[in-house]
Amino acid sequence: MRDVAVLGVGATAFTSQTPEVNWKELIYDAAVKAYAEAGIDPRRDVDSFVTCAEDYWEGFSIFDEFTPDQLGGALRPTMTVCGDGLQGLATAYMQIKTGMFNIVVVEAHSKISELLTYEHIVELAFDPIYERPLSAEREVHPYYVAGLEMNLYLHATGTTEEQCALVAVHNRRQALNNPLAPYGARLGLQEIFHSGYAFTPLKKWEIASRADGCIVFVLAAGEIARRLTKKPLVYVEGIGWSSESPWISARSADASYARHAAQMAYRQAGITNPRRQIDVIEVEDRFAFKELQHLEALGFARPGEAGWLAQSGALGLDGELKVNLSGGSLGCGDLIEASGLQRALEIVLQLRGEAGARQVPNARVGVAQSWRGLPHGTGAVAVFARRD
Amino acid sequence: MSKKTEFGPPLNPRGRRLEAKELESITHVRAKVPAKYAWAAGTAMSRFLEELKNGKIIGRRCARCDRVLVPPRMFCERCFQPTTEWVYLPGTGVVETFSISYIDTNANRIKEPILVGVIAFDGAPPHCGIMHYFGEVKPEELKIGMPVEPVWKPKEERVGSVLDIKYFRPRRK
Repeated sequence: MRDVAVLGVGATAFTSQTPEVNWKELIYDAAVKAYAEAGIDPRRDVDSFVTCAEDYWEGFSIFDEFTPDQLGGALRPTMTVCGDGLQGLATAYMQIKTGMFNIVVVEAHSKISELLTYEHIVELAFDPIYERPLSAEREVHPYYVAGLEMNLYLHATGTTEEQCALVAVHNRRQALNNPLAPYGARLGLQEIFHSGYAFTPLKKWEIASRADGCIVFVLAAGEIARRLTKKPLVYVEGIGWSSESPWISARSADASYARHAAQMAYRQAGITNPRRQIDVIEVEDRFAFKELQHLEALGFARPGEAGWLAQSGALGLDGELKVNLSGGSLGCGDLIEASGLQRALEIVLQLRGEAGARQVPNARVGVAQSWRGLPHGTGAVAVFARRD
Repeated sequence: MSKKTEFGPPLNPRGRRLEAKELESITHVRAKVPAKYAWAAGTAMSRFLEELKNGKIIGRRCARCDRVLVPPRMFCERCFQPTTEWVYLPGTGVVETFSISYIDTNANRIKEPILVGVIAFDGAPPHCGIMHYFGEVKPEELKIGMPVEPVWKPKEERVGSVLDIKYFRPRRK
């Protein structure tokens, strides 16, 4: 079966507010960069366009109809995935695999600063019959679910609050090396603890701030990509996704959604020992403890081990596991449905050797993992590699 | 409307008949959707709204296909190129299409129909115009191709909205 390569990527900077552009202009800016890098004209060369969006984030219904113009996709096959960017990437990957399409574009964005009632929209994602009245009655911020999950995770694995807080320290610091990231900072453990409990045992500064931004990927069938460019290519070697039951009270302590997604992606990519075979890792960290939980779910550590790795300095550019060098969601911001593509973007840059001050020398295989965020349990995992 | 139905005594003598309202509280859960947004109008549309306040209609030209896009956009969706030039339009144009609408938002029939349509502007090619209302015209007089002109709200009432134009009316010679 034909293989799938990344022909081009483009992204805007990520920022807390983007009042100077509307969402179409934001997407257009990222798309222009991706097409220039890929050396293609979208009006002529792209066979299909995939957008990742959800109507409530955007604020109008049937958002699918608004996707063509800013991507150059008018009067061409377009579709919308109501999910994270990696789920969009999976769709594009499959479209190319079928042989029906040679070049497919994937776009994911966040214009979340324009949603004035974010907490209420998150609350709307709770089961309306049983769960939502419980949030609405006492007007508790819906992120209390992260407190529930973290408490369960700490209890099940013996991970400590300090180990979780270290993730926030690391990722905010690593973001200082990423020109796209808005939330780089030199913080100490003390400051994370000082920020106070938001939802015990979760602290305020262990929660990623939201950000606007857009990422566009151009994927191409391997034989087409090799004809179009002489540059070393990054290939999508495997991609998987899975969803837990939405019942909050039935949630696992070990991010099962991510484990199943990883198993699917690893099987396709021939990964049997992720810790040895994978050089760069981007996992979802909207809440600091999630990074540790996801590292374990993806097989980089045994349950309860990831916290110790964080504490012993094994996570980061100088450690054994090169994790979230982009700054992760804590450093780049919670990009909503674009979070997964931000992770994929970092892996592509690392494998090409274009990651600047945070470059991992000779990185050849990387993994990007997404989680759609609270209150649900959907995750996706993509494995990328260079073959030259 | 419904025929009155006689029920016999309750089957369970210790129970009582449930009122429809009581029943609804356990068969349905109601909620409102508290969704509020503030969308950035963006580079082109912000200037468009600003110029509406000044009583002017402005577009953007695509240098490649030579269309003038109204309302203005920073890129041409046909050519996937940045638009290059602001174009002030006289505001006059022709009716490109219209519909005489007899039903309101709540699906009630209304006596005075609402006249809606698309105006193609002088100085811009067809299919580059805007939607608006028509006024000072009898429904039966409205025709595709009819020359029209905008009727603006008084300057002090304009807020930078497409409603700063009250409606379009047949152009006076």
